[in-house]
Amino acid sequence: MVGFLIRRIGQSVVVLFLVTVFTLFLVHLFPGGPVRALLGDRATAQQIAYYNSQYGFDKPFYVQYIKWVNQLLHGNLGFSYHLNQSVSNLIQQDLPKTIVLVLLGTIVSLLFGIPLGVYQAVRRNSFGDYVLTGVSFLGYATPTFFFGLVLVSWFSVDVHLFPPFAPQSSSVISILGQPRALVLPVVAYAFLLYALWSRYMRSSVMDNLVQDYVRTARAKGASERRVIWVHVFRNSLVSIVTLLGLSLPTLVAGAIFLEVVFNYPGMGLAFYQSALNVDYEVLLGFTVLATVATILGNLLADIGYALLDPRVRY
Amino acid sequence: MADVTISADRATELGLAPANKPRGMVRRAWEVFAENKLALVGLGFVVFIVLFCFVGPLIYHTNQVNTDLQTYLCKPSGGHLLGCDDLGYDELGRLMIGGRTSLEVGLAAAVVAVFVGTLYGAVSGFVGGALDAVMMRIVDAGLSIPALMVIIILSVIFRPTPAVIIFIIAFLYWFGVARLVRGETLSLRTREYVQAVKVIGGRPMRSVVRHIVPNAIGTIIVQATFAVADSILILSGVGFLGLGVAPPATDWGSMLSGGLQYIQGGNYWWLIYPPGVAIILTCIAFNFIGDALRDAFETRLQRR
Repeated sequence: MVGFLIRRIGQSVVVLFLVTVFTLFLVHLFPGGPVRALLGDRATAQQIAYYNSQYGFDKPFYVQYIKWVNQLLHGNLGFSYHLNQSVSNLIQQDLPKTIVLVLLGTIVSLLFGIPLGVYQAVRRNSFGDYVLTGVSFLGYATPTFFFGLVLVSWFSVDVHLFPPFAPQSSSVISILGQPRALVLPVVAYAFLLYALWSRYMRSSVMDNLVQDYVRTARAKGASERRVIWVHVFRNSLVSIVTLLGLSLPTLVAGAIFLEVVFNYPGMGLAFYQSALNVDYEVLLGFTVLATVATILGNLLADIGYALLDPRVRY
Repeated sequence: MADVTISADRATELGLAPANKPRGMVRRAWEVFAENKLALVGLGFVVFIVLFCFVGPLIYHTNQVNTDLQTYLCKPSGGHLLGCDDLGYDELGRLMIGGRTSLEVGLAAAVVAVFVGTLYGAVSGFVGGALDAVMMRIVDAGLSIPALMVIIILSVIFRPTPAVIIFIIAFLYWFGVARLVRGETLSLRTREYVQAVKVIGGRPMRSVVRHIVPNAIGTIIVQATFAVADSILILSGVGFLGLGVAPPATDWGSMLSGGLQYIQGGNYWWLIYPPGVAIILTCIAFNFIGDALRDAFETRLQRR
């Protein structure tokens, strides 16, 4: 296990290196370089040359990379020229709000997806199973933003039940203080995740139902309810835990579409606006943060899997 | 002695007698595929939507180049079956040319991604060792970058023409294919026929192209089917964010983006539902086909 951990962490470091190189390279793809994007089309050649030397963009790529990583390691994620504040500041402001949305959505989707997935596996090929399979196919194929739009059109325009916009406050507490405005974004987010959980839960329970331990449990006289909800259920949760780890990056990046549709003031919306404004240090900082979250999520998923399933040995 | 004759069918089933006609892999896969009604519905819908987008404009003539402010947001009527959008373009005709972009980009991106991913994954898995480790770390890195963020950055940097979007989507999609094909290759490379090629002096590339890839074709085709659906979804997302193809060309996502601003103002359902439903149905159809293909190819493996 320790050997596995060391190897796995080593791999993550290599991956992190590759990703940061790629991300910095990406910013240099902006036509005319990042300074042109910053100063606009009417900047003169001298101005650009001046800023290039000021910010070190005239240095070789590897020098810039080392400088940038050094800054990252010191917790400096960059500075937003457009919003006139540091990227870390921006993240401190927006990340909690995105976490609220993603966490609520995930909890709601798990509350529906897991029990219904179990139901589908136990009653497979029944009418209910077919209907729910249809629902999750719909969840897979529906673009997030379209579902959001439909919800707005039904529940805010046709029936004035919920406001069409997410809470517009800057603090998490006041966002939670407007639960009505949170309903539609959370439902939209939950529906898309629901498809994922229920599909995995269904196949996972079906795999577990034919295992020997189920026969043993039945043979010693456990009730069907006990077999399913105590034995099979707990074992089936292993794959969901793995998936939860893999969905960690959505805490940072995942809700971009919904945040745009509902104008929810989180990381996704900030990223989208920074992209339109070519606020490249924000783009860099957010992308790196999301990537670190992805790598951590993968790592946690692997470790969680090994801890929960004693048959897995590395 | 008891009569032990068994029917020819039964013998075939038990594997005692060769089937009369040796049926090809494609044919056997098709038989399993055709048993799946959902898959046939999916296939039927794909044929329909392709005809709708590519043949439809030949029958239903609309002007999709010049705007017409006299038909601004007009309601569905005899002249405009699905009404018009905010620039006076006929919505049904727009759905056709938008669908053309969506289908073309979806298909092309899937083909490019699957082609690159297959070769990369097969080479990495077949060669193994240090090269495999390096190649797979690159794939890990590619899969760790949040695809949507990179798509947004790339769409802002490059002018979004269909060709550019195809390469952006393919560039982000091939990593997953590569990992999958590599896994398949790891099990295929130990098979006798691949070993035999090595023994008689075949070059590694020959093993990969002539033996590994054809035997992994089931996985690859299934993956390609899902890739088309995913690419159409990604393209619609890019379009929705206003980063899609430039007007007067359009795609289903860009059409939705145009409808977004009228959602508050009244009942302009024809701006929202036709493109949205088209995206959903097309993606479901490809998912049905992909699921059935997976069953078909798996069954083939079981029978062998």
